[in-house]
Amino acid sequence: MSVGRAYIKPLTESLLAILIGALIGAIVLWASGYSAVDAYKALIVGALGSVDGIAETLSKSTPLILTALTFAIGARTGLFNIGAEGTVYFGAIAAVAVTQYLQNPIAGMLGGILIGALWALPVAALKVYRGVHEVISTIMFNWIAVYIVGWLALDVFYNPKDPNSTLSIPQSARLHLLIPNTSLSWAFIVSVITAVIIFVIMWHTKLGYELRTSGQNPTAAKYGGINPKIAAIWSFVLGGMTAGLAGAVQVMGVPPGYAITQGLANVSGYGFDGIGVSLVGRNHPLGIILAGILFGMLNAGATQMQQTGVPLEMVKIIEGIIIVAVAVPGLADLFKNLFRRGSK
Amino acid sequence: MNESMIVGLLLGSLAAMVPIVLTSVGAVVSERAGVVNIGYEGILMLSAFFGTIIAEIAHSGWIGILGGAFVGMLIGAIHGVLTVYLKGDHVIPGIGINLLGYGAVAFGIRAYWGTAGQHQVPNYAQIKPLWMDAFGNSLSPMVIITFIVTILVWWMLFKTPLGLRIRSVGENPEAADALGINVELYRFGAVLFASALAGAAGAYLSVDWLGTVTKQIAAGRGFIALANMVFSGWNPLVALLGGFLFGFFDNLAIWIQNNPWMAGTVPWQFIATLPYVVTLVVVAGIIGRARPPKWDGKPYKRE
Repeated sequence: MSVGRAYIKPLTESLLAILIGALIGAIVLWASGYSAVDAYKALIVGALGSVDGIAETLSKSTPLILTALTFAIGARTGLFNIGAEGTVYFGAIAAVAVTQYLQNPIAGMLGGILIGALWALPVAALKVYRGVHEVISTIMFNWIAVYIVGWLALDVFYNPKDPNSTLSIPQSARLHLLIPNTSLSWAFIVSVITAVIIFVIMWHTKLGYELRTSGQNPTAAKYGGINPKIAAIWSFVLGGMTAGLAGAVQVMGVPPGYAITQGLANVSGYGFDGIGVSLVGRNHPLGIILAGILFGMLNAGATQMQQTGVPLEMVKIIEGIIIVAVAVPGLADLFKNLFRRGSK
Repeated sequence: MNESMIVGLLLGSLAAMVPIVLTSVGAVVSERAGVVNIGYEGILMLSAFFGTIIAEIAHSGWIGILGGAFVGMLIGAIHGVLTVYLKGDHVIPGIGINLLGYGAVAFGIRAYWGTAGQHQVPNYAQIKPLWMDAFGNSLSPMVIITFIVTILVWWMLFKTPLGLRIRSVGENPEAADALGINVELYRFGAVLFASALAGAAGAYLSVDWLGTVTKQIAAGRGFIALANMVFSGWNPLVALLGGFLFGFFDNLAIWIQNNPWMAGTVPWQFIATLPYVVTLVVVAGIIGRARPPKWDGKPYKRE
């Protein structure tokens, strides 16, 4: 099979899943008494109809690409790492904390990456030494992160002038805007570069080879001299790094606040949405960039759609259906057969 | 600490135990039959929402619980078709269902009741408590039902031929198949049963325990139930104990937070992490002894 063809099937399947999501979403809209045409039109115009809209789409896709990488690294290693959500909170608070002392963007991002790696260690240790399934531990750690970061934001790094947010990232540590007066900053470039780095690590280094082998065939990996425990630790740590970075750039690169808002509102949900992005992007960094932009589009367009009266959460329904559709095995073949039968 | 506080803590733990235990017990049956499902969070959400609508239409909380179970079963059927019959991945559909659940409930509260984020369940659609004291501590009939269901499921799984067959398709589907057991049918049935219990648990959240539908009503209980299932070693009776322990620490955390002598010593957020930390410690301590069914999460294709 040529390289091109290897990409065509997953691409068709993801596109079909998106189509199914849009169709069932339209039925839900219709059944709830809304106009699907108006809603979708507003969604698309809002996300792509202007420079502002496109900037917003790319800005919204930024944290999703990074958290999707967390899940993808885990999935490729045969692990089900859904701990990005809590790690994002920690990355964000670390960026706020570090940049108060070291006022430059590199320090802030490194702070996020470092705390992401550290927060992954207990999950890795529980998995490797006690056999605790990562789904259980990451979910518990996500809840623990909600409260601990919530406390840090409320009682330690609070903004004395604004009770609704933490201290702001200092001017000199912010990521510059790519287009003035929009929300699109260097953060997006950082996320794309990170995806490319993860692609190189996973497909063009010895470490990546070891991770993927222990994911695909643990028995073969063992006989090949790969230590599955070390592979698992690396997988969690690498994943933690990208999720921590997601939190950091989410506060360092998004105007106007450059701070964590009350109830962690502006850093919540990205870890979970990233799982969907990774699945639609077929757990591949390049697919993730595309899927991240798609989900960014849905989130950016949702605000405009809301003005037609449709609740914002409609996009979550569409995303959920897309993921269930992605789970249909051999979706492309299924459709091909239907089409063949139909044309006979 | 006086008597009513202890009674409150105990009854609060029992009330918090119900959704976790019902969901865990269902999950035990599903995984004993070899099907993993991580979509219980979404099922809890959706059945809390639709269960309330059904209860309001029927003017009965009990019909709401049954309706919730039915809605759970419908969602379970999707998961069952994908995993059992189409041999798909066992984990991905659950992620979709969870996302769908969060989206649909937030969307639905606004679309159906026209309120933002929260809907109060009217009295006529709620389940009446069996007993209530002057301080508002109450005991729901669902607590009793949870005990009965758990014991019945344990008895069914370990003491009846039906249970033996369910366990055999999760442990060694090839042998079960050779003995003429319809592996797919038993697996599909187990998924439906598990989702129905989770559905009843979801409706319990809204039409009984909390008396309200909110955007975040499941609050992670679907996942805690999975942790509890692992803790139980796939045994319903132990899941009952685990569910009670979680409920107890959950209530204890709230109780400590509200106590004046605690204010200022430890931030309340640290206390709030208690149930999650305890779950982790317990799961970390218990594992090694617990072993999942051999074919758990693996599709079975006839050779």
